Amino acid sequence: MADALLNPLSLTLSVQTSEAFAAPAMSLADRASRALESGVWGAVMYIVIGLVAVLTAVSVLGLVMSYIERKVAGHFQCRLGPMRVGPHGVLQSLADGIKLLFKEGIEPGDGDKVIFIGAPIFSITATILLLAIVPLAPGIQVVDMNVGVVYIAAVSGLGVMGILMGGWSSNNKWSLLGAMRAGAQMISYEVSLTIALLVVVLFSGTLKVSEIIESQQQGWWIWRGHGVAIVAFCLYVIASTAELNRTPFDLPEGESELTGGYHTEYSGLRFSFFFLAEFANLFVFSALAVTFFFGGWLPFHVGNYEGFNSVMDLLPPVISPIFWFGSKCATLIFILMWFRWTFPRLRMDQLMRLEWKVLLPIGFANLILAATVVLSGLYFFPSAT
Amino acid sequence: MEREALQAAVCELDAAVSPLDANADRAAVVVEASALPAIVRRLRDEPQFAFAQLLDHVAVDWIDRGQFELIYQLYSFKHKHFLSVSVFVPRDDPRVPTLCRVHPVAEWQEREVYDLFGVLYDDHPDLRRLFLEDDWVGFPLRKDYQDDFMLDRPR
Amino acid sequence: MTVEVSSLKELVEQASGDDRSPDTQEYFVNMGPQHPSTHGVLRLVLKLDGERVLRCIPVLGYIHRSIEKISEHMNYMNCVHLTDRMDYLSSIMNNWAVSKAVEEAAGIEVNSRIQYIRTIFAELERIQSHQLWWGVLGMDLGAFTPFLYGIRDREVLNDVMEETVGARLTMNYVLPGGLMADIHPNFVHRVKEFIKYFRPKLDEYDDLLTNNVIIQERLRNVGILSPQTAVQYGATGPVLRGSGVAFDLRKDHPYGVYDQADFEVPVGTIGDSWDRYWVRVEEMRQSLNIVEQLLDNIPPGDFLVKKLNSKIKIPEGRYYSQLETARGVLGVFIASDKKDEPYRLHYRSPNFNNLWCLEPMIKGDYIASLIGAMSSLDLVIPDIDR
Repeated sequence: MADALLNPLSLTLSVQTSEAFAAPAMSLADRASRALESGVWGAVMYIVIGLVAVLTAVSVLGLVMSYIERKVAGHFQCRLGPMRVGPHGVLQSLADGIKLLFKEGIEPGDGDKVIFIGAPIFSITATILLLAIVPLAPGIQVVDMNVGVVYIAAVSGLGVMGILMGGWSSNNKWSLLGAMRAGAQMISYEVSLTIALLVVVLFSGTLKVSEIIESQQQGWWIWRGHGVAIVAFCLYVIASTAELNRTPFDLPEGESELTGGYHTEYSGLRFSFFFLAEFANLFVFSALAVTFFFGGWLPFHVGNYEGFNSVMDLLPPVISPIFWFGSKCATLIFILMWFRWTFPRLRMDQLMRLEWKVLLPIGFANLILAATVVLSGLYFFPSAT
Repeated sequence: MEREALQAAVCELDAAVSPLDANADRAAVVVEASALPAIVRRLRDEPQFAFAQLLDHVAVDWIDRGQFELIYQLYSFKHKHFLSVSVFVPRDDPRVPTLCRVHPVAEWQEREVYDLFGVLYDDHPDLRRLFLEDDWVGFPLRKDYQDDFMLDRPR
Repeated sequence: MTVEVSSLKELVEQASGDDRSPDTQEYFVNMGPQHPSTHGVLRLVLKLDGERVLRCIPVLGYIHRSIEKISEHMNYMNCVHLTDRMDYLSSIMNNWAVSKAVEEAAGIEVNSRIQYIRTIFAELERIQSHQLWWGVLGMDLGAFTPFLYGIRDREVLNDVMEETVGARLTMNYVLPGGLMADIHPNFVHRVKEFIKYFRPKLDEYDDLLTNNVIIQERLRNVGILSPQTAVQYGATGPVLRGSGVAFDLRKDHPYGVYDQADFEVPVGTIGDSWDRYWVRVEEMRQSLNIVEQLLDNIPPGDFLVKKLNSKIKIPEGRYYSQLETARGVLGVFIASDKKDEPYRLHYRSPNFNNLWCLEPMIKGDYIASLIGAMSSLDLVIPDIDR
């Protein structure tokens, strides 16, 4: 206690820690299942809240991210980006959204109508499912299942179905080429993505997303896990860029080659669904990288250096997760945008070579190394438990 | 080689070659249509000429004389000299052997001339219209070409 | 000897009829005339096996304006104004080509001030053409940013030229017997400023594209054009030089005042897309050198040798004159019948001849390589169609 009096900062820290983590915050799904014990309607309420939250998140993300993307692109390219609608063009994406709503949804004459209409819906559903598991802050998470990583691996592979359906049903050879490229590319890079995530699963010893975050109290895995985690992170960034179909891996769209690839024939709202899915996915993959490698909502901590850690904890408990999660996520999104507006596109054979002959061997070697590190307890600041 | 010397040397190649009796700004010869591919091949292969590139192929419609003049501009990278080879063909039956086997680029240059003048190239592997649609009637660069869309009718 | 005239339809049907195997099927796809990377209305009918290009049949004529036919009803002064609609990125050089042909045929001597100004403008235009090409190449390979960097620098140069010429794209400046107007008093100063501005930007270009590993992967060993094929298929300009043939009219048959400037002709080694890329980037540097050397030595004099009326008459005969534009050799053929209008005027356009190198270059390669190779040819479609 005397210690605590001398050092008030450490006192706040201990209070905060006990508040935030003594009783782990529950996800919406957990709350719903608990409410089910007392009555159906409480559970239904939580489910509705969850659905509304995710749907809102997708559309808001679409609006915000497309604005940011265009601004970032503009400044990379010695221009200003949107400036006309609202101050500094902040309402530009809203205006575009309204325009897209009013546009005619053209269907190709000989296309497969059902699949054609279903494709964008499929695409955005996959994104919504993925968004459900992203932990934004303690308790601000729709589902927190104990096999979270398996779920991520499974659901992130669904997105390719929407693209394949769209390309196939468009009755357009360019679209079909784009869809086939997308299929080959996304399924290949899925492997590297999962292997990169498995490294963190080895370190933290759990598949549950919230527990992975809490395992990083002593420091984020990106540097607690020696070089192994850094390699895993690089693999993850490359693979997720490929999963997102963004430059340098934007072959499925390949505007200058395939005139738009799988969404050549799409217009209006259906096109905007693909668009929304892409931007929401950009957020989701950045958020997952933050969760797995950068400690999610946790502030920057260095092992047991109490003084340093307490400075990092200065923010009040409500703002702290928003600030930390938001800033990390924004940085990663910016880096992905930076890639997009700097790099040219790879060729299909180079893309496949990169995955199967470079990334995958590195990934496997890295996984084995990670296992060695974990078994011998070599990583920095092993947690007290 | 100087212009006159080159012209004389080319004329000595074969009896089918004679100097062009018209004003020209470079060495110019006339070749009989049937001997054209053989002559151009020799011009390409013989080291003192080495005309490696077919720069250009033009047709001129001399309607008063009832002839098309087909002009091949040849250039030699080795000796840096030019030669213009002319072939005269009658307007009512414009046929000339193709140069595709000697200079591949002739394939398209000849297609252009076919498209606009209607000169037929014997043994051409892919004689199609180049600029106009396949069902176009007439050959627009002929001096007597008429169609309904022409604003300024030829004199 | 037989003559058979076929049509595109026959060609496509005949080719798709044969060689079908039970598991895969080759198919035709139209690239263009509305396609982002054909840069205009070029249509390529591609026969594909998966993504591999088996045949590439260019279909032309979507922007054919029959400039040659129109010119037969125009006097020589008027013919010049149509030429900057051919290769719109080398418009002044096109003007110059016609003017040069008419001057040579009619025996008009122009003073050295005119020649200096023409040469400087031709080189400036070569730079701005290559700037646009550089940006477009980046865009074709999937990087959008270089395009805007290229355009940014091109705007600076366009401003300088606009002050004298009055136009930004279809610049109309050179006439038979001189120029339309004297250079603007600011011209020399502003060109110097531009050279100072642009040299560091070229290094920036290198940072953004030249040294990028993906660009190198995409361009190296792609679209290889051997020197023999290049010569036989009629390639000229950077395409020919990229294949290792050091042929440049500016050096080999100097016109203007190129013989007074000291410059090098960059030459490639194996003739892949990379060599063509490198040749063009290097040409921008050389053009800057030429302009820099000539700029201070513009002699005084008139900008028009004499007040020419439109009645330039050319003695009867056949005349062929050529010069080096940003894309290759532009030849002008004039057949004259002693009138003030050409009996036949023909343009040997560089793009028309360069285009045919495309098929031997990319046969059996991927669509993506086709895009890169086509971009390295730097085609301007109105020049092909004329």
